[in-house]
Amino acid sequence: MLDHLWIIPLLPLLGAATNGLFGKNWPNKVVNGVALNATGFSFLAALEAVREFIYVRNQELFRKEFFDWIVIPNLVSGGNLFRAGFDLQMDQLTVVMVLVVTGVGFLIHIYSTGYMAHEGGYYRFFSYLNLFMFFMLILVLAANYVLLFVGWEGVGLSSYLLIGFYFLKKSASDAGKKAFIVNRIGDFGFMLGMFLLFKTFGTLDFTQLFAKAEPWSHEGWGQFGTFTVACLLLFMGACGKSAQLPLYVWLPDAMEGPTPVSALIHAATMVTAGVYVVARSHILFTHSEIAMVVVAVVGCATAFFAATIGLVQTDIKKVLAYSTVSQLGYMFLGCGVGAFGAGIFHLMTHAFFKALLFLAAGSVIHAMGGEQNMLHMGGLSKKIKVTYWTMLIATLAIAGFPPLAGFFSKDSILYAAFIREPGGHPLYIVGLLTALLTSFYMFRLIFLTFHGQQRYDEHHVHVHESPWSMLGPLAILAVLSIVGGWMAAPSFWGGEDRFASFLTPVFGVAHQAEGAMSEAAAHKLELSLAFVAVVAALIGLLTAFWLYLKQPGKPAEIAKSLKPIYTSLYNKYYVDELYGAAIVKPLLAISTNVLWKVIDVEAIDGTVNGIAHGATATGDVARRTQSGNTRSYAVWVVIGALAVLVIIFWPAIRALAGGAQ
Amino acid sequence: MVPTNYYLVLSAILFGLGTVAFVFKRNIITIFMSIELMLNAVNLAFVAFSQAFGKVHGQVFVLFVIVVAAAEAAVGLGIIILIQRNRQSLNVEKVNLLKL
Repeated sequence: MLDHLWIIPLLPLLGAATNGLFGKNWPNKVVNGVALNATGFSFLAALEAVREFIYVRNQELFRKEFFDWIVIPNLVSGGNLFRAGFDLQMDQLTVVMVLVVTGVGFLIHIYSTGYMAHEGGYYRFFSYLNLFMFFMLILVLAANYVLLFVGWEGVGLSSYLLIGFYFLKKSASDAGKKAFIVNRIGDFGFMLGMFLLFKTFGTLDFTQLFAKAEPWSHEGWGQFGTFTVACLLLFMGACGKSAQLPLYVWLPDAMEGPTPVSALIHAATMVTAGVYVVARSHILFTHSEIAMVVVAVVGCATAFFAATIGLVQTDIKKVLAYSTVSQLGYMFLGCGVGAFGAGIFHLMTHAFFKALLFLAAGSVIHAMGGEQNMLHMGGLSKKIKVTYWTMLIATLAIAGFPPLAGFFSKDSILYAAFIREPGGHPLYIVGLLTALLTSFYMFRLIFLTFHGQQRYDEHHVHVHESPWSMLGPLAILAVLSIVGGWMAAPSFWGGEDRFASFLTPVFGVAHQAEGAMSEAAAHKLELSLAFVAVVAALIGLLTAFWLYLKQPGKPAEIAKSLKPIYTSLYNKYYVDELYGAAIVKPLLAISTNVLWKVIDVEAIDGTVNGIAHGATATGDVARRTQSGNTRSYAVWVVIGALAVLVIIFWPAIRALAGGAQ
Repeated sequence: MVPTNYYLVLSAILFGLGTVAFVFKRNIITIFMSIELMLNAVNLAFVAFSQAFGKVHGQVFVLFVIVVAAAEAAVGLGIIILIQRNRQSLNVEKVNLLKL
């Protein structure tokens, strides 16, 4: 299978093409068959490839060039000046990503067959979903930055198509455009980063590039060398794709898409592309002190910032969206403090429980007949039991309660932040606070949705449990949310972190600071930090319990007494308005007043129209010679005859004139 | 024998008179006659050269010119009669349908 790695991305592409081109009049069952087979077999192919990678190749990097794409040969000395090929590779990092993408993706496909069953454009939806899988797989399997960028842009495209799936709704098509445009800003930086890397190292192939970059000296504080600039540019792209400050604004709006899309793209896979790129480029990032600090600080700030907004949102999907932004911040925090393995670990567990949260939220919305406002729910736990229990598991996981997946991954990130020298402690404290907030807003969601009084009209809303095609994926993801973190568990009773050691060949040995401590001390520290984190999560849980179940009137009172804070949180710190005033409005003004009214109307149209006017004016003058007066024609004839004579005899006339002189 | 130059000068004077009349006269018939005058001035030059060089080409050409002039007179006078009938005038200034 490894030799035919191209099959893994090709299958979803075929599925997308088949459904997209021919699926219009097919019944849903046939469309399902195509889409599910494409992704299902892709998942199986990925499993087989991973098996071969681990057992046949003994985890040695596998890399194969399938065909050339862009080649610029060096005609003088041979070889290639530039080569970007369809090269795929498989290493430990790819293994994690490819399994998450195909596995979670497949589950979400199954879920979608139930969720989208009554929607129009069924074939279109599955075609886009498959297309997304294709691009995401290209992104994670690519062996050079150029091919990675193809996948990178492709997931942006699929994201645009899927967010704007209900394109007749203005807000949905606007959200699609917003996502695309905000991502373009990041992509601009990503491309510049690639150009700089190519200019410096002469290649964009991962293996060659990293081998060349490795021996370069590290750039410390205040040194703005190649690595710092290139990494900051790459990170700009990652910020766009992974919704970090200041480019996170598209993700909450992206909730306009159907819920499975939110789960697949805006929680489990696509938004992790930024984290993946940073982790993939870890050799470059670790060469620059500034870049690492920027990654860590931006991640940490985003985590906290998004969590505070999540505290007061009332739309169930918006809460999850801000939670996603916040959790992505955690991943970057992990990467930024050098614990790339922990970042990727959190990426994986987050893919499980966030996909589960979104799918369960979709199931709730399905049950409520389209209602998304949590204030109009309440008391649902008895009516939709499976959804409730699975969502509760995911909530416990994201809040970081042991022994669920989120506990281990979040803990390893916080631990890595804590031991980072220097300046790790502030990062750790903000991270811990974020964990508390996360626990609070997630349980707020649970209590508002599933517990307390019923706040909807039974006569209008017929609450019903979702079909098994939706509950099945929920159950599987719930199991994964529980066991997904156990690979790291042995480190808690003194063993080794299996996940981290699996990724060691890629990232090298992390935790340099750990070397300073004795193993026992480090272990003790990790346990006490884990204890603190669990206490924080418990505080969040109890606060939510107290505020939303015991004292249901209290939140409104608090909101009233802290009105300025509450309104600014509720309005997401007015960031959208700020961007609107600072960027969109001036841009619109420039476009209207300069580009449109001056450049387009005056310069371009003016030139074209001016030529036409010139022709008219010339004609207007020239037609005067045709006066219509017969005698004037006679004069013209004579003048013409004279002119012909003069021309014919010109040499003679000159000779005469010369002779006269 | 009269020198060729004399004929040529006479021819040029006649041609010039014809040209001036062609441009300045208003009566169509006068204009028509001035054209005839120019043709005949040229004929004179042709015969003069024919005599000077002792060749018949010039005289042959004159015959052609006379034939063409006769045809032109037939057509031209027909047009003139029509103009007279339509406008009750022979003033060339009145023939101005194409005027702006």
